[in-house]
Amino acid sequence: MAEQLIVVAKRDCPTCTMIEPVYAQLAAGATPLAVYSQDDPTFPGNIDGVIDDRDLETSYRRDIEIVPTLIRVSDGAEVGRAVGWHRDEWQKLAGQDGLGEGLPASQPGCGARNVEPGMRERLMVRFGDVHIAARRIELGEYDDPLESCFERGWTDGLPVVPPTDERIVRMLAGTTRAPDEIVGLIPPNRVSCSVEKVAINAVLAGCRPEYMPVVLAVVEAALIPEFAMHGLLCTTYFSGPTIIVNGPVSRAIGMNSGLNCLGQGNRANATIGRAFQLLIRNVGGGVPGGIDRATFGNPGKYSFCFAEDESDAEWTPLSVARGFEPGASTVTLFHGDGVQAFTDQKSRAPDELARSLAMSLNAVGHYKMAQYSNAILLLSPEHYAIFRDAGWDRARIEEELHAATTRPAKDLVRGAHGVGEGIAPGGADAMVPKFWRDHGLLVARAGGPAGLFSAIIGGWMGGRARDVVQPVTKEIGT
Amino acid sequence: MSEGFAMRDPTAELGSAKRQRLAPPESLDGRVVALLDIGKERGGEFLDSIEEVLSARGVAVKRYAKPSPTTLAADYASPDIAVECDVVIEALAD
Repeated sequence: MAEQLIVVAKRDCPTCTMIEPVYAQLAAGATPLAVYSQDDPTFPGNIDGVIDDRDLETSYRRDIEIVPTLIRVSDGAEVGRAVGWHRDEWQKLAGQDGLGEGLPASQPGCGARNVEPGMRERLMVRFGDVHIAARRIELGEYDDPLESCFERGWTDGLPVVPPTDERIVRMLAGTTRAPDEIVGLIPPNRVSCSVEKVAINAVLAGCRPEYMPVVLAVVEAALIPEFAMHGLLCTTYFSGPTIIVNGPVSRAIGMNSGLNCLGQGNRANATIGRAFQLLIRNVGGGVPGGIDRATFGNPGKYSFCFAEDESDAEWTPLSVARGFEPGASTVTLFHGDGVQAFTDQKSRAPDELARSLAMSLNAVGHYKMAQYSNAILLLSPEHYAIFRDAGWDRARIEEELHAATTRPAKDLVRGAHGVGEGIAPGGADAMVPKFWRDHGLLVARAGGPAGLFSAIIGGWMGGRARDVVQPVTKEIGT
Repeated sequence: MSEGFAMRDPTAELGSAKRQRLAPPESLDGRVVALLDIGKERGGEFLDSIEEVLSARGVAVKRYAKPSPTTLAADYASPDIAVECDVVIEALAD
């Protein structure tokens, strides 16, 4: 039986230096000893033949987490390991008594260099233990990586994070899904897209690895046929994908549902939506001026992603209203235009406020259009409080808004009130709802604590094609 | 500088990893040739000679210049060249 002892240590660890006499005792023992130093090959200085492991290959391959670590190897296979300094464990493992007399009986070790933040992925790449399928692009000596990304057309106009192997490996660690799993066919070119390709675009966008399950859910939601992503991309209208995240995941990754939640400043809000848009651009081939024919577009086409405020236990979150279990984490995708401000600082009764909201909601798309554009209504905490204090729950709010936005057809018909635009003639005595009852108006809660404002996010004219163009909701996986 | 820097392709990989050069034209007939003086010593003299030869052949020529070799062509000349000309000849060396 070929026996061997292995010690991995570093000078920067007080425990490793404290037990320096022990290394000499082990070296004098009957079992061959190999000592690897992570940071200084002159340490330990009291034995010969210290092996330089500053490149951390042995530490990485031995999966060292703490130094000092003592390993016993028998016929090439590890048969025991002691982590930190514990005299009894070391003596038992080494088969040698009297180790470190005069030293404390035990002392915890320090974190190994190979498990410092970001190091594991770097070592995986360095020692060839990863396989990335996407083709490798070598830059020239004088190429700036950021500029190279622009030149290759990979960006949305803002700088992107160059997708290096280390960053991709780190991003893939954010999901349990296999890198080669196919997520779906990305429009407009209907290109097969792997989890790895999603991760590469998430790197570009600036995502953290823990956002990956959300990004994957967004991609899968957008590929649900009813979301009509291809059409949304091609439209001359303003709209782009708008993402509302519900559930514990939104809080775990630090998404913003409060102050300035539709604005700048939160990494998850900013990069999750961006990752999806970059995927559409880079994998799907959907670029402005190409198949994206938007007359104006809107700033949200960089990223339009936020979380719902679920802090009030009495409120039914959007995800639950759309059929998911309480506590489930979901993404809801909507065809959003931009933010239309709603201000009402005078209506303090719920029915008053509902009528007031209806006035602005009726303006979505065009005041005289109905069942044409969908919308999101984001109730601010102060406006929501007016409803909640009156005992109005989600169902009541939705019902009252539906009633308040239902109008006589005669006022909406083309030509009425001297305006050519409007609903088609016929049924002049009918009452016409502004929004389809089932999914035409999504109500959610968000925003900062102060301000008698709410936000209306108008939607694509796809509302007129009720059965084939709908908001979609998808549960977030792992 | 980026020696050894490598990235992975985020696209569908339908195009070439390396950008292809445009094929040089078979003839300069009807083409507009840009002569770019990048600011090197006596580059102008060299381009004067080239212009003389090309003009004698009836080829249209436009002259461009950067103030010094250390400045970027993109700031001074290349956008105009891209719009106005078909071919560019640079006087690169001293």
